[in-house]
Amino acid sequence: MTHIIEMKNVYKSFYTESSEILVLKDLNLTLKKGKILAILGPSGSGKSTILNLLTSLIQPTSGEIMINGKIGYMFQRDHLLEWRNIMDNITIGLEIQKKLDKESLKKIERLLKTYDLWEFRNGFPKELSGGMRQRVALIRTLATNPDILLLDEPFSALDYQTRLLVSEDIYKIIKNEHKEAILVTHDIAEAISMADEVAVLSMRPAAIKNIYEIKLTIEGEKTPLIARKSPEFKDYFDDLWKELDINDK
Amino acid sequence: MTNKQKDTEKSEGYKHFLKEKQKKKYSILFWQVFLSVGFILLWEVMAAYELVNTFLVSSPSQIFKLFITYIADGSLFKHVAISVWETILGFSLGTILGIMVAIILWWSDTVAKVLDPILVVLNALPKTALAPILIVWAGAGIQGIVVTAITISIVTTILSAYNYFIHVDEEKVKMLQSFGASKAQILTKLVLPSNVANIINIIKINIGLSWVGVIVGEFLVSRYGIGYLIVYGGQVFRLDLVMMGVAVLAVCAFLMYTAVNGIEKIYRAKRVTKY
Repeated sequence: MTHIIEMKNVYKSFYTESSEILVLKDLNLTLKKGKILAILGPSGSGKSTILNLLTSLIQPTSGEIMINGKIGYMFQRDHLLEWRNIMDNITIGLEIQKKLDKESLKKIERLLKTYDLWEFRNGFPKELSGGMRQRVALIRTLATNPDILLLDEPFSALDYQTRLLVSEDIYKIIKNEHKEAILVTHDIAEAISMADEVAVLSMRPAAIKNIYEIKLTIEGEKTPLIARKSPEFKDYFDDLWKELDINDK
Repeated sequence: MTNKQKDTEKSEGYKHFLKEKQKKKYSILFWQVFLSVGFILLWEVMAAYELVNTFLVSSPSQIFKLFITYIADGSLFKHVAISVWETILGFSLGTILGIMVAIILWWSDTVAKVLDPILVVLNALPKTALAPILIVWAGAGIQGIVVTAITISIVTTILSAYNYFIHVDEEKVKMLQSFGASKAQILTKLVLPSNVANIINIIKINIGLSWVGVIVGEFLVSRYGIGYLIVYGGQVFRLDLVMMGVAVLAVCAFLMYTAVNGIEKIYRAKRVTKY
């Protein structure tokens, strides 16, 4: 079976006038079909570098990156453009790719209606709550029909309650639309509750230290909030906490 | 979701708050009117009783009489029209050309670095010093005056617009790049629209700067315009003419500024919807 994303022996260095910084050292990573992979690491460990490599914003110094599918990027902040209304914010990706047609507008209409934003389509970003803005940002990414979603700490700008609710929403959207996703985060609980696999990064230069497969006993459908209540949640939390703690020393 | 409450829903405290707010507004207006009317009256009275030398400071009524004469023979309109036209040309061309250069600098980091010292020197240089040369080069008519006005406004436009352009949120640039946006698309979809308010501010500053250029240009060459009226009045010791010129100039500049403020208000209102 081919994987959706495969990174093999990836090295990445950044150069400045005064020094050379090795950020990724022999990084290996796979994203399997239908799964959500969380990359958990301390801040400054090179999480964003991995995402930038996957979106080809930067090139690896050496190593191989294979991506089967189109990538959609979701950022830490929603980055909605204040002078565009919600509809125009969502269509910006399609506008740029010159793919704005009836079919894509229909898809957007369906997404907006499914995720309770349809009545706000003519409103402006500042009239929306943080959670709603984040949903709009996700729909903006989904509108361009990506196969794989990269989520770069997508909830860290939100307050705690909103954060739980939005991760619930986003999780459902990802699963409903049958997408694969890589979630980059420093929040252990968030990683366990959302992901099927959690890869732990070491301190810089970063490599994958360990990969945990998350298996929770849950009756019925999994959602992040229900996952937090499962009996194994605490154990995974302790394991991952230790894993990160060791890295700090 | 309406922001405005009906009268019946207002609480006593809120009504009181609104009343106080209104009161304050009126008291400010009163003082503004009082000070300007008081100043003019005092001036008139002191001139009438010859407490001040009317040859040096003229008097409001004398200036007004002159104003009526100039309106009656239509010459004031001609002077005002020419100066206003020169100023509009000056600030619009200065703004447009300046923003175009700023876009080039934003586009190419290398060009920006190469031109940096030139811009710094030009910015530090009082551009009015160039007026005599520019007028010789561009011609002694309206062209020379407009070129002077452009020169004064263009350098600050370039520097401030460039500064605004490079400080656009980099994460937003990355967001557009994640959709595969080209540099031109980043310019038209992010850099320019996110800076509309800043560009309006640049225009406001340029209106003032263009008036400087136009008046200096008219001092040097013209036979028409408000600047000409002022300098002519000065040469023949007609201080009432000088003061009338200055007053007309102030009104013109104020009206232009108000017009731009109106445009800004329309632009701001456009971004709010009501459900």
